Amino acid sequence: MDIQLTEEQELLRSSIQRFLREQYDFDERRKIVATDEGWSRKHWSAFAELGLCAAPFQESSGGLGGGSLATMIVMQEFGRSLVVEPYFETVVLAGGLIEDAGSPEQREVFLPNIMDGSAIWTLAWAEGRSRYDFDNVTTTARRQGDNFVLSGTKSAVIGAPWADKLIVSARTSGGPRDRAGVSLFVVDRHSANLHLQSFKTVDGRRAAELTLMDVQVPNSQLLGTEGEGVAALEACRDRAIAALCAEAVGAMSVLNSATLEYSKARKQFGVALGTFQVLQHRMVDMFIALEESISLTQHLSLSLAAREPNGSKLASGAKSKVGYAARFVAEQAVQLHGGMGMSDELNVGHYFKRINSINIQFGDPAYHLMRYAQQS
Amino acid sequence: MELKLSSEEAAFRDEVRAFIAENYPAEMRVPNPETDLSKEQMLLWHRVLHKKGWIAPLWPKEYGGPGWSITRRFIFEQETSRAGTLPPLAFSVTMVGPVIYTFGNDEQKQKFLPRILSGEDWWCQGYSEPGSGSDLASVRTKAVRDGDHYVVNGHKTWTTLAQHADWIFCLVRTDPSAKPQAGISFLLIDMKSPGVTVRPIITIDGSHEVNDVFLEDVRVPAENLIGEENKGWTYAKFLLGNERTSMAGIGRSTRYLERLKRIVRTEVGEDDPTFGEFIKEIARVELDLLALEATELRIVAQMSRGIDPGPAASLFKIRGTEIFQRITDLTHQAIGNYGLAIREHPVSANRFMPGPEYGHTATEKYLNSRKLSIYGGSNEIQRNIIAKAVLGL
Repeated sequence: MDIQLTEEQELLRSSIQRFLREQYDFDERRKIVATDEGWSRKHWSAFAELGLCAAPFQESSGGLGGGSLATMIVMQEFGRSLVVEPYFETVVLAGGLIEDAGSPEQREVFLPNIMDGSAIWTLAWAEGRSRYDFDNVTTTARRQGDNFVLSGTKSAVIGAPWADKLIVSARTSGGPRDRAGVSLFVVDRHSANLHLQSFKTVDGRRAAELTLMDVQVPNSQLLGTEGEGVAALEACRDRAIAALCAEAVGAMSVLNSATLEYSKARKQFGVALGTFQVLQHRMVDMFIALEESISLTQHLSLSLAAREPNGSKLASGAKSKVGYAARFVAEQAVQLHGGMGMSDELNVGHYFKRINSINIQFGDPAYHLMRYAQQS
Repeated sequence: MELKLSSEEAAFRDEVRAFIAENYPAEMRVPNPETDLSKEQMLLWHRVLHKKGWIAPLWPKEYGGPGWSITRRFIFEQETSRAGTLPPLAFSVTMVGPVIYTFGNDEQKQKFLPRILSGEDWWCQGYSEPGSGSDLASVRTKAVRDGDHYVVNGHKTWTTLAQHADWIFCLVRTDPSAKPQAGISFLLIDMKSPGVTVRPIITIDGSHEVNDVFLEDVRVPAENLIGEENKGWTYAKFLLGNERTSMAGIGRSTRYLERLKRIVRTEVGEDDPTFGEFIKEIARVELDLLALEATELRIVAQMSRGIDPGPAASLFKIRGTEIFQRITDLTHQAIGNYGLAIREHPVSANRFMPGPEYGHTATEKYLNSRKLSIYGGSNEIQRNIIAKAVLGL
């Protein structure tokens, strides 16, 4: 059950670790986030050169065949370094959807540019009233000759201001909450009549509200089967959750060691904070929360790799349990750092905010707890 | 959730499963096996396992163990606990046995080990004393050397199933002037010795599991000393390490969780204001259990690769007991008004107990399981252990 990494996987991990250690420390990240664009093309190219963008894809698609375990390894390290570049959006979400639901032609056209790092993608599924449900879609796509015409708004699309291409969910048939009738489209970000209102997210990323006013999309850009977008998005969410759980594990591990280190160094009332039993026990519970999260994340990644039938239920379970665990760790890390934990200067608050965002992306812990319960 | 098993291991799992199905004594399937069985009934499965050679998975082959790999031991543990079998006598097989074969002399091994395996001797544990709590080194029971004997005076308490025991293994103070840990010895005492008195302690669930054991001028042959005099603390700690293994109790919690779900489905309608709360809390505890099981499998996989699990046992003890306590709590809540009733002890089928049968043990189980976070080193002590050993605090 414990994932014993193969030589190849160890190599992947150590090369990411080395790169991030040398070129993506917390100060560097702060500089990147503060730039106008808010991300670094230079670092992105380096990720691609390391093979990270090709790592999870099947060899038949031209990838390195690493699958969900490669994603887990990359995302865990990105979580440790709070990487803001849109790997999750481009490779895990869009790349995964294209590989999973796309036609052979689409895979051939789109995947090479993702794998070599030359294209940035993201996924626009949420809307103002959708909350976390994929079927709650009011954006419409109607056929008009050789095109689909898309109209509506999409919400909180992380990475949209950076993206070259968007995958947009829109309704081709059915009523507002029908499971059937949702379709996926590849939309050029610079399409006419597509408007972005960009904003900064709490965790240092860039996102946008999208308005589509009769955007023309060629029929060939329909991704997957017409009307069956919800199922494709659900499978995409399972992979997304595994990646986000791994990222959360990486963030939690940094918070735990930072907190432990601080409790040993910081003196209060003439003794180190770590000598107080109430704080020791809190840190033990943080340790247990991390161990359990590692176990569940590994279990999920292995289940997805083996395409086990209960993978989707397990994904919801992991999103909930790891989400609650990560929030506990993050809140306690701030608490145990005292006033310093509130300071923007210290890295702790930035991990705290990333964990909060992870918990919102693709459904919060309570949402997935109830989804898990409904499947029991 | 399953370990990745080789075909041989999978065959072994099937063999264990079939053996349990065919041989587990029907007499032992009672509402609460921990409290409702006579001494003879408790020993039935122990004897079956002994005959099969499966009584002591942990023991080396030369002393009567089956010589299993870590994975096989885990499979056996998983299958027996999933099937809800009563474990063999833990104080005998899991605790004192390994102390005897690790630190005892040849005569002691020959005298005691076969009778432990066969179930002829029933052992109890003389560790705790009034006032000692989790601080075991505060032992006050004294053993004074007198020729070929020790004369023992003291008072042991919380002694589980001492009412059935033939022998008790005791921590005794042999050097009152030494530091607390340094003056302790490990002594084996025949419960039939003059001066040994057992008095029941009835716990809040009404059951009689634990006892006071009084030792008044008990003469114990010096040959019953394990290892060296004043080195008992080392042996005691070794034993406690064994006690905390397999405390995750995945199999048991899984069975009780399934039962809880059945009870909630019958007892709590969708129009009940607590319905949503039950659904949510059951999902939470199920996920806690899943995460613990995944952790256990991860640790087993590490151990079979030769990686020292460190204080993983403490993690299992903390989370395993918290989870089981939560399940018994929810079960008690689920039976509603009938949670007011509790079975009388000793249990008799003739006494009236209200409400559906599946709720009859809910109250006593909730009450009884409060002990889990206290015994075997309280959960607070376990957190101290992790703080020290893992976090370096």
